[in-house]
Amino acid sequence: MNETTLLLIEDEPQVRRFLRATLVAHGYRLLEAETGEQGLQMAAAHTPDLVLLDLGLPDLDGLAVTRRLREWSSVPIVVLSARGQENDKVEALDAGADDYLTKPFGTGELLARIRVALRHRAQAGAPGGEPAFEVGDLRVDLATRQVFVRGEEVHFTPTEYKLLTLLIKHAGRVITQRQLLREVWGPNAQSQTHYLRVYMAQLRHKIEATPARPRYLVTEPGVGYRFRVE
Amino acid sequence: MTAGSREGRADPDRLLARARAEEAEKAEKADGAARTGRLKCFFGAAPGVGKTYGMLEAAQARAREGVDVVVGIVETHGREGTAAALSGLEVLPRASLSYRGRALEELDLDAALARRPGLLLVDELAHTNVPGARHKKRWQDVFELLDAGIDVYTTLNVQHVESLNDVVAQITGVVVQETVPDAVLDRAAEVELVDLPPDELLKRLREGKVYRPEQAARALESFFRKGNLLALRELALRRTAERVDDQLRGFRLAYGIDATWSVRERVLVSVGPSPLSARLVRAASRMARSLRAEWYAVTVEPASGTPAADTKARIHAHLRLAESLGAKAITLSGDRVAEELVAFAKAHDVTKIIVGKPTHPRWRDVVFGSLVDDIVRTSGAIDVHVITGDGAETTERGAAELGSATRAIGGPRPESPWPVGEYAQAGLAIALATSVGWAMRGTFEQADIVMAYLLAVVVVSFRLGRGPSTFAALLGIAAYDFFFVPPTFTFSVDDLRHLITFGTMWVVALVVNGLAHRVRGQAEAARERERRTAALSAAGLELAATSGLAALGQIASAHFVEVFGGQISLLFARTGGTLAPLPGASPGFFDDKERGVAQWAFEHDQAAGRGTDTLPSARALHVPLRASRGPLGVISLLSKHPDEPALAGDPDRRHLLEAFASQTALAFERALAVEEAQASAIVVERERLVNALLSSVSHDLRTPLASITGATSFLLDQADVASPEVRRDLLETVHEEAVRLNRLVANLLQMTRLSAGAIIVHREWQPLEEVVGVALERLEPMLVGRDVQVELPDDLPLVSIDALLIEQVLQNLLENAVRYTPAGSPLLLSAETELATAVSANELDDLDLERGERSARAIVVSLDDAGPGIEEASAQRIFERFYRGARDEIAHSRDTSSGLGLAICHGMVKAHGGRIWVERSTRLGGARFRFSLPIVGVVPGFADLSEVLSEVPSKDAPELPLDAASEAPPR
Repeated sequence: MNETTLLLIEDEPQVRRFLRATLVAHGYRLLEAETGEQGLQMAAAHTPDLVLLDLGLPDLDGLAVTRRLREWSSVPIVVLSARGQENDKVEALDAGADDYLTKPFGTGELLARIRVALRHRAQAGAPGGEPAFEVGDLRVDLATRQVFVRGEEVHFTPTEYKLLTLLIKHAGRVITQRQLLREVWGPNAQSQTHYLRVYMAQLRHKIEATPARPRYLVTEPGVGYRFRVE
Repeated sequence: MTAGSREGRADPDRLLARARAEEAEKAEKADGAARTGRLKCFFGAAPGVGKTYGMLEAAQARAREGVDVVVGIVETHGREGTAAALSGLEVLPRASLSYRGRALEELDLDAALARRPGLLLVDELAHTNVPGARHKKRWQDVFELLDAGIDVYTTLNVQHVESLNDVVAQITGVVVQETVPDAVLDRAAEVELVDLPPDELLKRLREGKVYRPEQAARALESFFRKGNLLALRELALRRTAERVDDQLRGFRLAYGIDATWSVRERVLVSVGPSPLSARLVRAASRMARSLRAEWYAVTVEPASGTPAADTKARIHAHLRLAESLGAKAITLSGDRVAEELVAFAKAHDVTKIIVGKPTHPRWRDVVFGSLVDDIVRTSGAIDVHVITGDGAETTERGAAELGSATRAIGGPRPESPWPVGEYAQAGLAIALATSVGWAMRGTFEQADIVMAYLLAVVVVSFRLGRGPSTFAALLGIAAYDFFFVPPTFTFSVDDLRHLITFGTMWVVALVVNGLAHRVRGQAEAARERERRTAALSAAGLELAATSGLAALGQIASAHFVEVFGGQISLLFARTGGTLAPLPGASPGFFDDKERGVAQWAFEHDQAAGRGTDTLPSARALHVPLRASRGPLGVISLLSKHPDEPALAGDPDRRHLLEAFASQTALAFERALAVEEAQASAIVVERERLVNALLSSVSHDLRTPLASITGATSFLLDQADVASPEVRRDLLETVHEEAVRLNRLVANLLQMTRLSAGAIIVHREWQPLEEVVGVALERLEPMLVGRDVQVELPDDLPLVSIDALLIEQVLQNLLENAVRYTPAGSPLLLSAETELATAVSANELDDLDLERGERSARAIVVSLDDAGPGIEEASAQRIFERFYRGARDEIAHSRDTSSGLGLAICHGMVKAHGGRIWVERSTRLGGARFRFSLPIVGVVPGFADLSEVLSEVPSKDAPELPLDAASEAPPR
């Protein structure tokens, strides 16, 4: 891996210490900032490839940092937060963060999120994208709008298909309920969460082997959904 | 002047300084919330001296100082000067009360209390209110105003002062009906004498400045004679001077300025049923006042037998009068009145005894002994004052006053004033004696015939009332004279010897009569006493054996009704002081007015309503339930017959009522104390829980920390020694323990939120499947190697739940199952829809489903395991906080937990209006944890979204569950 630069904005020295060890061991170049202001300055000065942002900073809250970063940069942002801060996460994601991790998290999870975020950034640069999406026993032919599960074609309603492709487009990343509702049903439907849930249930019944223990369509409680690829 | 006397004498400057300091302190205190109002009384010798005018002038001055002055009620009597002095002051509208068809105006007490002026003017303190007003007398209104913290200016004439009342009557020959107890005047912070020389007053009267001309002429003839006015003026001056003297002495006493204080005087007045006793009481009160002495009004009840009801009532009235004048009323018991009185006097260091001058003929003293004589002889060092009862008017007035008191008494055995039947019976008895005598005539002596008559009289005396027996005696003598004394069949008598027989017959009849009457009275009183004692002790026993406020209320009511008849209602003070019936008890006969009276009685800790001086027009009598910490509530008594004499007027029954009320109050106080003790037991229990939590948490936090610290320190120090397998094992331990710590902290946080009531349920409609999925996903690492079956029916409706909370319930249940069942044993997670009522059959929890939702459906989620199951006994307690069941003993030691998991489940499910319980699993043989989630509200359809489904064909909308075959995939 060639010198991918990550910016870590985190005030806890112990967390920084553990992340530093992990990330450097995996070949990333790591910049560290202790406060939101410092982080913003470093982001401007060093243009990192990805930002790891703690939501509970002493000076600015993570949401403000996200918003200010997004004013001029499209750098992927992965938010780090404690459990129980679901609303903060959703707000940060809606404000433009790419993904989140709930503390405490394992290194495997962290590295996976970073990989996904970097990959999406790379794809955003490339025009068109791939004509087909394939993971495990699921294959979606985006050109012909056909879906195959375990080799057999499954029929989808337009709404279901739209929802599925949206999730696939963000594969590996979380999408908030609000984003999904807005994209699929329009801006007026953002509070009709039961709608989304019912359609997600239908998608699972069509794709998953055991809908109650989904392999692909994972719920991120209180936040949204994620199409799991790893 | 010697040095000594200078020391003893107060330095006037120092005194003044001290007085000023005190005033300032008082004013400061007065700013506090519990301030009572100051009463200023403009005191005059006679009407027309200018009291009202003086009051208004003073009020105007205060108004100019910025005081909020309001005129409560002021009579101008058409005097121009007075009317002019009123100008510029706010006048409170008067209350209009209708009495016997006429509208009468009174001070509007409630309006005044609501208006809360700084200073209220209330003219004519001695005024008697129209029946229907709250209080009988205006001075009671004024007291309530003062208690409410309102300053009051008022006016009073000397003839209205209770203790001077008879003196005034003596001087002027006019009996004043409206009196004010001396205590009222004593309460006044200031008394200002409005003085006008009699000549001047008479001049004003003649000029028509006091009364209108025609009235003035009449007044000049009677009350306003110069002699009267001089005497009244002297009285007024003296009364005011006494007060000033008192104040000075009080001041000196308070500051220890006068070291030599005379020996304390104590006055005793003997009170009997005689109307003259009222006079004695007043005289004693005057004497005690001038001596600044304590005084006692003492009555001696005969030890053998109870006096007749009317006698007792009169004595009671006198004692009440004495009490109102500041005496301690004492009732002694004994047959020798003088002995008892003197013994009491000696025991209480009485210095003066006041007795009435005997009014009976001297021979009675010779025969029966003289009370005055006995007292004088035995009293030793005590002065004895013998005071006259003279003045026909006063006596009559006293009699009239007492008469009204007597009339108000409903004796235990009401006798009609003219029991015709009894007189007929008496006549019959004499007729019988006559016929017997007639039969005896000739064979027996005259004396034997007399015996027959006497027998008849005795029988009548014992069986019938006093009147009929006297009648029988007279009739018997007449009949004997007519039929048997020669010349027979005439009333003339030949032999004077027979007159002696008549006399003897008469005396014997009277004596027998008196004896019989007394015996009957005693028997009756004894019966009444017995009944009362029995009632009291029965009530006491039953109240003592009862617990719980509601039950006590019922028992108390039942006993009250049994003894007093009529209707009873018990009201208790809730927090904030408003009265309410006990939960479950009917409010009884209460309307707003009665409730108001009851509230008044409670707040002032004083009986009110029918038969009392306060709000006597109320239908019921309201007596406060006085316990050791103040009134707890009010018991209200509504007589069966509205015409029945008021209960409060009868001292005996009144006392009984009070005894009952205090017994009830004590029982209630006891019940309340028990409740409080229970509440504090709850606090103790809570503390126990907190301690359990602390010990449990410290244990559960330290155990993983110990493993982590141990493992990591080993890795740091001796990493070279350890084989890679050992290192890996240690690292795994650290990781597992850290994860466990994280779960524990999360649980603690949730528990804290639950305890603080900070859990807010964000309900959203969703399929249960998704929540189950999340829970299983989260616990994936724990569930490795377990066969976890999930059975969710396809037609399971959406539930309105907070996914985050229910997911935690599922997690905790799964974790619990994993912890307490053998490794690798299967688990089964299932759900079904049920009627909520069917669920409650398995009631193990105190929580019931919301009443309105009994018919609603619920989703019941079950988790079956193949473990050892839950003991019947712990099934109830397993959801309590920090409970660790018998499972702990069989569980591995490393699997201790703070027992929070299930308690959190309980809290979360409860927050959703559901229940959680455990039973035996029929499918896997272990425990089956189940919880219900009621389906609240209407499961949303999809029609409501059709307007936003613009991009999707509308036929797409209602298909649920979606049939894939029904639609071709879009190409």
